[in-house]
Amino acid sequence: MKMKRIFPLALAAALAGGLTLALSLPAQADDTSIILQSTTSTANSGLYDHLLPKFSEKTGITVNVVAVGTGQAIKNAQNGDGDVLLVHAKPAEERFVADGFGVKRFDVMYNDFIIVGPASDPAGIAGKSDVATALKAIAESQAVFTSRGDDSGTHKKEKALWTAAGVDPSEASGTWYRETGSGMGATLNAAVGMDAYALTDRGTWIAFKNKGDFKIVVEGDEALFNQYGVILVNPEKHAHVKAEEGQAFIDWILSAEGQQAIAEYKLDGQQLFFPNAGKEGS
Amino acid sequence: MQDFAEAFRLAFGLVGSADPDLIEIVVLSLRVSFTALLISCAIGLTLGAFLAIARFPGRGALLVLVNALMGLPPVVVGLFVYMMLSRAGPLGVMQLLYTPTAMIIAQTILITPIIAALSRQVIEDLNGEYADFFRSVSVPMADRLWALLWDARFSLLTVALAGFGRAVAEVGAVMIVGGNIDHLTRVMTTAIALETSKGDLALALALGIILLGIALAVNAAVMGLKTQAVRHAYA
Repeated sequence: MKMKRIFPLALAAALAGGLTLALSLPAQADDTSIILQSTTSTANSGLYDHLLPKFSEKTGITVNVVAVGTGQAIKNAQNGDGDVLLVHAKPAEERFVADGFGVKRFDVMYNDFIIVGPASDPAGIAGKSDVATALKAIAESQAVFTSRGDDSGTHKKEKALWTAAGVDPSEASGTWYRETGSGMGATLNAAVGMDAYALTDRGTWIAFKNKGDFKIVVEGDEALFNQYGVILVNPEKHAHVKAEEGQAFIDWILSAEGQQAIAEYKLDGQQLFFPNAGKEGS
Repeated sequence: MQDFAEAFRLAFGLVGSADPDLIEIVVLSLRVSFTALLISCAIGLTLGAFLAIARFPGRGALLVLVNALMGLPPVVVGLFVYMMLSRAGPLGVMQLLYTPTAMIIAQTILITPIIAALSRQVIEDLNGEYADFFRSVSVPMADRLWALLWDARFSLLTVALAGFGRAVAEVGAVMIVGGNIDHLTRVMTTAIALETSKGDLALALALGIILLGIALAVNAAVMGLKTQAVRHAYA
């Protein structure tokens, strides 16, 4: 019977241990860190692993990157769950600033979108540089196309390209037009698995490791330009925003030093992002 | 698929070289899931024991609810915790979003129903066996509870392992509330999801193999303890 007295003690000890463990974990990130709401395309390419240590070394500020789709990143920033927003969907970014959630939007850099597809090229579009013609050919041949379908920057771009090509793929959703509702990598994995075409940014594609026999089929059209913008979340909307540290990051990434660091980042010998700060603010 | 062979090679390489990044995410995974498990056991065992022996109106409905909550989708728990902890949410001032604490909260919500529902069943069965004895010597309620919990301790260890397994394996909740931030909230499962999205399937699978190895080690350790304890108890 004595053993029964031990059980409450053991339970109490376990609980106390658990609480101590919970409390010993950092309750929140320390003050010299900011949260950057950004996109999977920039994070998956490895760009931040190259940029952020340089910035942290100079300023002592740690940047914690939350990499989600542009739509979700903007939504998170609107909720005040981030200090800086770095995404690629200019109209949505401008609305974010106009609605008072962001202070000001700055161009940071660009890369470009490409259409990738299987070596067999069922729609016969390899080598085309005109995106509208290529998309029309995909729709006409009913070759399988995988879409992000997740309201991300890439998805918004893709929808705009279909509109420009005069095709409404949503009618074919579930047949040749397949919306994965997932991130860029998951969508590329699906495309490779289904021998389907997909729109992706060049950075993610170069860094992507599960290419199978896939190749870039369409590139070089100006319509495929992919502009990234950076915005400080408005401290007037969310008083807890670390405006000083966030602004320090924005100042750095727009500075000659930050811009050069972007240009220096190469993967397999290819430059992924092209800095263009200061060309145009809004 | 040469990826399989490559995955095993990578897994052994990472473990063998004691890769510091790997150790960091393994330690965080274990801390988060064990802490969630301890809190869940404190709540879930109490609730389970109470539900097992108490009789009150609406008990049947409550049992159905607790059992149904075992099937809580992690992504829904993640979304709920995100909405509570977001700066725009009711608990936003606590600044817990994107911290390990947020991940512990999400996993605790996820596994407490599992601990409660399974322990309720275990204790209720044992209570049936003891019913005559308790009635004959009129044991007070609190003593009955402790007696049942204590005598069921070995079965309850398995219940705890089920909870731990669920916590350490889920990705949907910790991805949303932790944000998969490198060196802050990245755990095994979110790292696996990340590598998969990068198309590095071999590395993703290698991390999966390591996670499985950790689960095996934890279960083996608990099994060893249990064997020792059983020998001790009945010696």
